[in-house]
Amino acid sequence: MQYDVVIGLEIHVALLTDSKFLCSCSTAFGAPPNTQCCPVCLGLPGALPVVNEKAVEYAVKAGLALNCQVHHFSRFDRKNYFYPDLPKAYQITQDTYPLCTNGCLEYYVDDQLQRTAITRLHLEEEAGKLIHSGSSIVDSEYSLVDYNRAGIPLIEIVTAPDITSPRQARLFLEQLRLVMRYIGVSDVKMEEGSLRCDANISLKPQGSPILGTKVEIKNLNSFRALERALEYEVSRQSMVLDRGGKIKQESRTWDERAGKTLPMRSKGDAPDYRYFPEPDLPPLLLDPLWVEQIRASLPELPLERLARLEREYGLSRYEATFLVNYPDFGELFLELAVPGGDNTAVINLLMGEYAGLAREHGHLEPRRIAELLRIVDEGLITHGQSKAVLEELFHSVLSPREIVRAKGWEVLRDEGQLRAAIRQVLADHPEILARYRAGEEKLWGFFMGQVMRAVEGKADPKLVNRLLTEELGSLI
Amino acid sequence: MRQLAQLLKAGEISSQELVQRCLEQISKTDGEINAFITVDEQGALEQAAQSDERRAKGQTLSPWDGIPVAIKDNISTLGLRTTCGSRFLRNYRPVYDATVVERLQGAGLPILGKTNLDEFAMGSSTEYSAFGVTKNPYDTSRVAGGSSGGSAAAVAAGQAPWALGTDTGGSIRQPASFCGVVGLKPTYGRVSRYGVVALAPSLDQVGPMARTVEDAAILFSLIAGADPRDATSTGSPPFALPRWDPEVVRGLRVGVPEEFFSSGLHAEVEGAVRRALRRLEEQGAVLQPISLAGNEYAIDTYLTLVTAEASSCLARFDGVRYGERVPAADSNTMFAKSRGAGFGPEVKRRIMLGTYVLSASHYEAYYEQAQRVRTLIKLEVARAFEQVDVLITPTTPSTAFRIGEKRNPLEMYLSDLYTATANLSGVCALSLPCGWDSQGLPIGLQIMGNHFQEELVFQVARVVEASVERGAKGAV
Repeated sequence: MQYDVVIGLEIHVALLTDSKFLCSCSTAFGAPPNTQCCPVCLGLPGALPVVNEKAVEYAVKAGLALNCQVHHFSRFDRKNYFYPDLPKAYQITQDTYPLCTNGCLEYYVDDQLQRTAITRLHLEEEAGKLIHSGSSIVDSEYSLVDYNRAGIPLIEIVTAPDITSPRQARLFLEQLRLVMRYIGVSDVKMEEGSLRCDANISLKPQGSPILGTKVEIKNLNSFRALERALEYEVSRQSMVLDRGGKIKQESRTWDERAGKTLPMRSKGDAPDYRYFPEPDLPPLLLDPLWVEQIRASLPELPLERLARLEREYGLSRYEATFLVNYPDFGELFLELAVPGGDNTAVINLLMGEYAGLAREHGHLEPRRIAELLRIVDEGLITHGQSKAVLEELFHSVLSPREIVRAKGWEVLRDEGQLRAAIRQVLADHPEILARYRAGEEKLWGFFMGQVMRAVEGKADPKLVNRLLTEELGSLI
Repeated sequence: MRQLAQLLKAGEISSQELVQRCLEQISKTDGEINAFITVDEQGALEQAAQSDERRAKGQTLSPWDGIPVAIKDNISTLGLRTTCGSRFLRNYRPVYDATVVERLQGAGLPILGKTNLDEFAMGSSTEYSAFGVTKNPYDTSRVAGGSSGGSAAAVAAGQAPWALGTDTGGSIRQPASFCGVVGLKPTYGRVSRYGVVALAPSLDQVGPMARTVEDAAILFSLIAGADPRDATSTGSPPFALPRWDPEVVRGLRVGVPEEFFSSGLHAEVEGAVRRALRRLEEQGAVLQPISLAGNEYAIDTYLTLVTAEASSCLARFDGVRYGERVPAADSNTMFAKSRGAGFGPEVKRRIMLGTYVLSASHYEAYYEQAQRVRTLIKLEVARAFEQVDVLITPTTPSTAFRIGEKRNPLEMYLSDLYTATANLSGVCALSLPCGWDSQGLPIGLQIMGNHFQEELVFQVARVVEASVERGAKGAV
């Protein structure tokens, strides 16, 4: 049977604040275990939480960037459960009155603009990190807990079940990551856990209005894992349904090595979190003016930039997408390019040799790149030489002009000198010259190459071309 | 306390002598009374020596520098064990000071030690302490009340000039009443709860306990005022000792809520309170009968909320980072076994009740309903304070009961019958002795004031105090 796939995502984004959500401990990644904690994030008896305003600001920013309604009244709740990484045995989160609701995110799926509704976005605190003595929780004799991570601010983003394919889920998440990166609230690294995603998926007979039983998938540690796990679930659930079976409502975990999802816990085992309003924190009341200030401070978002790059800079979708997906390149492009002008040279440089070098060595200062483009344009060096200059720029403090001068890479313009070089080449290869004159025209390239080599590539190929034509012509 | 301060200032007594005298009184009487869980002899003497040094250099931190204080053992003291009256924490040494402790030390008060309480402040007799019952200094066959029974008894027995207690439903006022001392439950938020081991964060407050109204006011002035580490204290004003003015009662509108003089109230208690009211009237106060019908539901509401919040607050006692751990094969069993061994019966009872009222299927019927009733009680109290300036009631239905007399928990809960309303509505309330019953036991009178009206409450209390004859029979 044919099925419609229904997917909804639950995403956690760690906010990039300097200090934690409810205390002033540092959030820096990679510090020695348990060196960034205090009575509050350790949940010591008597310690009390105080909300970090920066975390609220970042969450509001995220909400606005996702077109959410930001509520001027929201409230914190306790989510109660026992786990060794949860120091208070409850998590401070927002249940009944979340900070943001009713948003949406737009993104392209194969040139088709898609929109996924965001049901809610709320603030909560991160738990500590368990480090198991064995390879996993099951075969470990003991586990250590690192509370450096405990209390880092998170936003949880819940989508509506609007997503209809595993690939779309992945593209949605990639776009969400991009938006978070643009507004600078998170470094959104899945491998470091600052971006995490759980997926809910169900199938229903094609066209049916009735939703099927959903399964939750956890432990999705990469975009690829998200897509693969969902693909696996689509085929697993299809098979169960085709056989007339029923889908069990449960949580499953993605086993990356086995390439399959495995049952974790069923609905009956689902914990009762006993939510209730957090008595240690007053409700979160936002000044509408403050929210508007944050809205006004939002930077250009990915889709807006895509449109602008196409419209004002004449880029193709492919080029514009590259710049949007790599915002550092995008920023660089916008500094170097001219709206309404011909920006072919700029984009070709950035997407060509430069991209690889910059990924390896980091970016160059825009003014050095601009100078490089200028001296090619002026004809000081050839396009071919510009690659050598570019490489040199990554290892030198000199400007492009200084490098060209130091290396003696200026284009050779002396026609006499070039003609002399051409004549020498022709004289050195009488047999080949004879074959050329006998009609083997493809040997033209051989002479070009020899001449360029003789002048160490410093000549303008167009000029060499003309002179070579003239010299060969004069021989006939 | 003014006298003590004068003597210290005149150099007629040193802080070390003062501390020494308290320690002597403790060693003489505490074998019987059991007011202290921990006496910090060395620490107190060291702090006293420092105080004497400061005084010699003319660098006293406050007029009260050098006058020792006792602290209830659910208030965190850096390096000094803080047991909360529980086996679980019998070796727990906090790594930080509660804000109130910091403030008292900032005023130069040496800390004598930590006083006994019902386990995690759950109880009204100090019989539920894992460190033995505290006996009433007026009659050692009777309870001192609770949960701040240790602090009340220490003050009454002359072991400490003053002490800090905590009050969630009457835990300062009821033992103050039973032991013939003055105790204030401040307005919710007026005193920082940072470092106070929570019973029910939406109701808990720290307050002073002392022999006279003025002493209580002085101690209160040292701890009151907003603390950036307690989000529920935001905006609370500090408290300055007022100029005492007996004229304050002239024209004062005193509300007498009839529900607090109903059946169950001992005749002698009622008689003493009514006599005190008459004397106020003679001095110009206007007595006004008033109805607080919601008080009938106060205990049920209070218990529902306290058990709910406590079940969550106490969940962190899992044996992972501190407290007594009972080893087990897996973490859930370890949690369960540790908690089973660490907690006493009343704590377990309340955790179970609290877990029940918060569970998904009962939340609406219990927790949410209790919150609604709490709102009604708040509104009713607010309306009362539109009509009157203070409310005067008995503190407790009876004088101190016998140790072991109340075996039924429900009977014990009724001890808070007249006190819980102040916690539910957040207003301030003070208990002071207003007479003695035929057995020579102190009778307590409660004065309730509107939010942040502590000054008025102290003023009125001071007038009542002056009009009450001293007891026929003193404490031990």
